[in-house]
Amino acid sequence: MYRTLSVFVEDRPGVLARVASLLARRGFNIRSLAVGPSHEEGMSKMTIVVEAPELEQVKKQLHKLVNVVKITELEPDRSLEREIMLVRVSAPPGRRSEVLEIADIFKATPVDVGHSSMCLQVAGDPGKINDFLELLRPFGVVDLAKSGRIALARELKGKESKLRAVN
Amino acid sequence: MSTISGAEALIKALEAEDVDVAFGVPGGAILPLYDPLLDSSIRHVLARHEQGAGHMAEGYAWATGRVGVCIATSGPGATNLVTPLADALMDSVPIVAITGQVPTWAVGNDAFQEAYTTGITMPATKHNYFVTNPDDLPDVVHEAFHIAATGRPGPVLIDVPKDILNAQMTWHSAATELDLPGYRPTVDGHPRRVKEAVELMANARRPVLYVGGGVIKAGGSEALLELANRTGIPVTTTLMGRGCFPDSHPLAMGMPGMHGTYTAITAIQKSDLLIAVGVRFDDRVTGDPTKFAPSAQVVHVDVDPAEIGKVRTPEVPIVGDARRVLEQLVEAWGSRQQPDRTDWIEQIRTWQREHPLSYDQQPDGPIKQQYVVEEIHRITGGDAIVVAGVGQHQMWTSQFWKFDDPRKWINSGGLGTMGFAVPAAIGAAVGKPDELVYAIDGDGCFQMTSQELITAAEEGIPVKIAVMNNSVYGMVTQWQRLFYNERYSASQLGSKVDYVMLAEAMGCAGIRATTPDEVAPAIERSLAIDDRPVVVEFVVDPEEMVFPMIPSGGSNDEVIVAPGKTVVAP
Repeated sequence: MYRTLSVFVEDRPGVLARVASLLARRGFNIRSLAVGPSHEEGMSKMTIVVEAPELEQVKKQLHKLVNVVKITELEPDRSLEREIMLVRVSAPPGRRSEVLEIADIFKATPVDVGHSSMCLQVAGDPGKINDFLELLRPFGVVDLAKSGRIALARELKGKESKLRAVN
Repeated sequence: MSTISGAEALIKALEAEDVDVAFGVPGGAILPLYDPLLDSSIRHVLARHEQGAGHMAEGYAWATGRVGVCIATSGPGATNLVTPLADALMDSVPIVAITGQVPTWAVGNDAFQEAYTTGITMPATKHNYFVTNPDDLPDVVHEAFHIAATGRPGPVLIDVPKDILNAQMTWHSAATELDLPGYRPTVDGHPRRVKEAVELMANARRPVLYVGGGVIKAGGSEALLELANRTGIPVTTTLMGRGCFPDSHPLAMGMPGMHGTYTAITAIQKSDLLIAVGVRFDDRVTGDPTKFAPSAQVVHVDVDPAEIGKVRTPEVPIVGDARRVLEQLVEAWGSRQQPDRTDWIEQIRTWQREHPLSYDQQPDGPIKQQYVVEEIHRITGGDAIVVAGVGQHQMWTSQFWKFDDPRKWINSGGLGTMGFAVPAAIGAAVGKPDELVYAIDGDGCFQMTSQELITAAEEGIPVKIAVMNNSVYGMVTQWQRLFYNERYSASQLGSKVDYVMLAEAMGCAGIRATTPDEVAPAIERSLAIDDRPVVVEFVVDPEEMVFPMIPSGGSNDEVIVAPGKTVVAP
């Protein structure tokens, strides 16, 4: 089962290696990992999607790393998950409009058009991106790159937020 | 403004941490550091191998409770430190290792004596640093000592390229406020949890205090004694915790686990409440964890949150410093009456009577290691720091020495590092020059690091080393006898070594005892020599096996108390 961890770390050399090596040591496969600056100066946010039955022990082990400040497990229905994909599909002049039609449905943007292929950019929910990719496959996917998943917790509203506060 | 070199700054920073001694071996990349060391107040003990330097730093830390320091050069110097670092990580020993590195411009170029030290030691340290700017040195050293000594203690490594050691910087003291947002160990236990624990303790009929190394590291022995006295709860001390509770106390049950006392093992199995303090439910204690203490509720106190629930989910988890939480428990217990647990205490007395630790020393038979341990204890009055390596001799020392004080027992527990004893004893003796340090080592262990006796002889460190010579890897032989149809593959060491000559060749005194009646005189003689280290070879019985024993992964309900005799818990 895939789980998403949001790890708030000090922006120091070697932190990524420490986090990745700890997950590797436990035998967890990293499905996706995205790192970038956070809302705080000098701090980075890692979004890690791992394949693991449970993460309690790994969260505690990650916490032992001196440069790791905070770890949150993001539950899919209580968080926003986004990905960006650049995909090059085979699109000779005769098939371009077909490709663009599908792109339009998914709000994908053509970012490079050549004689035989076209590069599209799409951002959004990881599920949606996968659907888009599946529809493009019959045309011939020549190359693709994904950003890796980034995620933020949703703000809790109404009843739920009160319930959380009590817990 | 006048400037100093990175190396000088590093020495000043170490002095600022009150470092009085460093154990090390020089080499190319670390040479700049060794020059200002000559002018420093810090004593340098020149080890003969970096592994020795690392274990000396550990022995120093074990004995004194202070941070031990070791120094090595780049490449092989650093890789030789990996074993002591891993050992210190497993046993939560606070040490700081400083390694030289090839110059910054050569890093990553396969330069002479280059190794990726921070990468190699990442999983073997609590934290490590690669210094790229000499201005960072004061803060890095200060942080390293703070991280090594606080929370769950452990090893920290600082890797410094040669050009950084040579570069000039303007000296400044370390910042008083540490900038470590991700490192804030919890000290106080949660008051509600403490109250819950006391409620359980007040109502349990068969409680056991299962305590370990964390109590020693936290300086919690007094609080533990107070808690045991007030609550009347019997105590078992793990291999790492031997001495944190006096063996002479009526509530002491000795060591639990694979080679623990029948009483401690069975009391845990039958308990309805385990108060686990500064322990980690190690597999050598639990055996099959699904069959460990099956009817017990668990209170688990540990400074490391990752230990809580790792093996056994406790009913009451308490994250905090062992000493502080023990004090909180004492306070919360207050002046409650001890519940009537006569049956339980009587049961424990019966087990102790029926299954005591035992061995059979025939006056004209071969020397038994257990007898040597008891004789050293008797003749020294137990007033010594005892250091062991790993194997049979370690188990017998833990079983048969009567530990009454913390920091008097030093050994390699978690990693099980053979060769630990000789260098660790040297480090302990440097840290505690006024105390007798007696290492009890096996011949297999001794052969791994005995060259450090040269260090002891040259530095005038008067350690005593008892070498239990049975000419075999004893524990390996025991397992081959029990589980591999007596096929002794690669466990027989032969008998060509003359330990007396070997000791004398290294500048130590050498003594040999081959019969039981020679044991006491040999120990007496070892104590009379104080101008050089002493090696006492005891030629001991290679057939003897360590009991009680629970085979690896077995249930603690089935204890082999003697060859061919298994007692199943009632």
